[in-house]
Amino acid sequence: MNILMFGWEFPPFISGGLGTACFEMTRAITRLGHSISFVLPLYDKNTPPLPIAAFRDTPAQTATDVAIDNLTLLHLPALLHPYLHAGGYQLTYLSEQEKFPDRKHIYGSNLVSEVRRYGLNAAALSGALSFDVIHSHDWMTIPAALFARGISSKPWILHVHSLEYDRSGEHANREIVEIEREGLEKADRIIAVSSRTKNMIIERYGISPEKISIIYNAVSRAETKIRSHNASQDHRRTVLFLGRITFQKGPDYFVEAAALVLKALPDVTFVMAGAGDMMEQMIRRVGELGIGSHFHFTGFLQGEDLERIFSTSDLYVMPSVSEPFGISPLEAMSYDVPVIISRQSGVSEILKCALKVDFWDVTEMASLILSVLKRPALADAMATEARKELKNIQWLKSAEKIIAVYREAVQTVTHP
Amino acid sequence: MPSVCLYFQIHQPRRLKRYSFFDIGRIHDYEDEDENRRILDRVAEKCYIPAGELLLSLIKKYGDAFRVAFSLSGALIDQLEHFRPDILELFQRLAQTGSVEFLNETDAHSLSFLFSLREFQEQVLRHRERTYRLFGQVGRTFRNTELIYNDSLAVAMEKMGYEAILAEGTENILAERSPNLVYRPPACKTIRLLLRNYKLSDDVAFRFADHHWQGYPLTAEKYAGLLHQSGGAEKVVNLFMDFETFGEHQWQETGIFAFLKAFPGELLRYPDSRFQTPAEAAASHEPADVFACPNVISWADEERDTTAWLGNSLQQDAAKTIYGLETAARLCDDEALLAKWRMLQTSDHFYYMCTKWSADGDVHRYFNPYESPYAAYINYMNIVDDLSRMIGKHTKENRHDTGTGTLFI
Repeated sequence: MNILMFGWEFPPFISGGLGTACFEMTRAITRLGHSISFVLPLYDKNTPPLPIAAFRDTPAQTATDVAIDNLTLLHLPALLHPYLHAGGYQLTYLSEQEKFPDRKHIYGSNLVSEVRRYGLNAAALSGALSFDVIHSHDWMTIPAALFARGISSKPWILHVHSLEYDRSGEHANREIVEIEREGLEKADRIIAVSSRTKNMIIERYGISPEKISIIYNAVSRAETKIRSHNASQDHRRTVLFLGRITFQKGPDYFVEAAALVLKALPDVTFVMAGAGDMMEQMIRRVGELGIGSHFHFTGFLQGEDLERIFSTSDLYVMPSVSEPFGISPLEAMSYDVPVIISRQSGVSEILKCALKVDFWDVTEMASLILSVLKRPALADAMATEARKELKNIQWLKSAEKIIAVYREAVQTVTHP
Repeated sequence: MPSVCLYFQIHQPRRLKRYSFFDIGRIHDYEDEDENRRILDRVAEKCYIPAGELLLSLIKKYGDAFRVAFSLSGALIDQLEHFRPDILELFQRLAQTGSVEFLNETDAHSLSFLFSLREFQEQVLRHRERTYRLFGQVGRTFRNTELIYNDSLAVAMEKMGYEAILAEGTENILAERSPNLVYRPPACKTIRLLLRNYKLSDDVAFRFADHHWQGYPLTAEKYAGLLHQSGGAEKVVNLFMDFETFGEHQWQETGIFAFLKAFPGELLRYPDSRFQTPAEAAASHEPADVFACPNVISWADEERDTTAWLGNSLQQDAAKTIYGLETAARLCDDEALLAKWRMLQTSDHFYYMCTKWSADGDVHRYFNPYESPYAAYINYMNIVDDLSRMIGKHTKENRHDTGTGTLFI
């Protein structure tokens, strides 16, 4: 099968879980013998296009890995990058005007118009490609997919990794919500990353449950991951938060829980890895609480730094306020790190060997953190079960389910 | 026609309240009284009252010919005394019929046999005394928690004067032999071993309402016929199950009460048939063979071993911690603290920490008040931590008061 896929982040340009998910998903789909043309916006003109090296640099898991042959990445210049919000777009737009005065007429004057402009160009590009289905990820690709379907009359599958309500709560951007609504209504099939997301699509957007399939994300466990953390007594225990420091990820609850933990157990280090619009607020709060000597901000991490932070942590906490799925706990588990996750996450629907807490219950969160740090038997048992559990959370299994949705759509959907 | 031996286990744990790390040192009540009361009332309504009354009427109808046995765990008796004396009274009426035997077990429904012989014996004696006080019977038959059993348990119970002991008739230990015979444990002279016929017991306890089971529907007539085919007068078919089978595990709508009501009549239609209690069956049958069981077995899960309670590192850590407090708890000489320590030994607390997700995982989840085995472990260990501090504090105070500090080291 040939798939036209519209995404908005892909290695090596990654700022969140969507890039990882798209990378692993396309790799699994191509390994199953299908071809993907992956179209995405490219913001920085100076970055080399077609970063196909992302595939080459990742060790193939089997000799028959054919991912490279079956994937084509197509970058289109646009002022778009993932997790952009309207205010951020304005800043980028203005700085771009200063840098390249001759180019200013190309880009849209605000985020939504730029997304639509990009969508038209991306769809036009698709006219030269041959494909059986259109698969698009999240709101930014909705105009592109909609135009592409108009041109090709092929079935369109909208994959929902996150909704505006997840990212911004009740302060949702109405224009973005409207694009999401249009996409959800017009898409032929919808894939939701959890039943939490499916319910939100039904309740907030009034979409019929029949056209929504739940397909959970997964994790690829590399063969050799070095675990450098150990339970010896002199080792200072490290508790990790890793994610964008934004409303959606609940960093504030992590900071408050840290303060409670440190009162009961002073010899613990907390690490907040990531960047985001709440970072300054978090730094101030850490100062107010007087826990700065036990609380570190690393900024955004990737590559080896990411591996090192996972492998030196004793506990991973994901206190998300609204998390459609949440891949990073699975990554932490693949390093034998026990995890505490919020019940307001999609991944909590499938994970057995995780401790679960309501994001707002800071006391309970702190109580669980203390239990993991103080009782080695608990961390050991969780790691043992995690290894078993991860074997069943594989991208190839998710990819098979995605392909089943493609096939069903190809057989039943007809556009004049 | 064999004898039929019906024994019903009745147990409800004293469930623990949600207890956070920050409660340690501040809150010293550990039980979720509301939840325990709620569950007890529900089970009383659905099972204890209708099933108990039905047995009374059956005994009235068939007289001495219909006989059953019960074992009420001390954990349940505690709760009945506290919340539902009317249910206790119902069992006392059953005792007064003379057709019901009350067995002995560990008072706390504990795994103490595996950890401390002294504690185990104290719990058995306490249960024996309570059973006598409540039902006027000196225990003749012993059943250990969850039918946990091995050869040395039989020896210990013979020494304590018991005439009969119960165990699971697991296939790997029976090895071709029949579970429907009375056996003698090795190194024992007088005590006799009765083995649960798990197939015929589970036909009622687990499969009764299973539409996919080839034996479905199970009528009293069919079941009596199956029992009749099990052999001659030398045989005893031991049907051991939770009393909650009637109305709680198998709901009233499944027809389980109609089945129970019709069953004695159907069996007694065979002229040579009879019901016996475990002590009666043991007394009236010579041992057919020696039955050796050096390894510990139980009636739980497919494995029929102790992995349901002690299979993972969480469970082992929890058990090691609670039994590690024994010496200090005794030195406190404080009945209330000792009672809490014993309540925390109840096997269910360990069962909730089980991480077996296989076929039996569903059964585990059904009975589990916790979101996960990890949550169960965390809650339990927080409570044990508090108890341990209370015991430590108490011991220090004692030392100070008596001025005999060295005595306690």
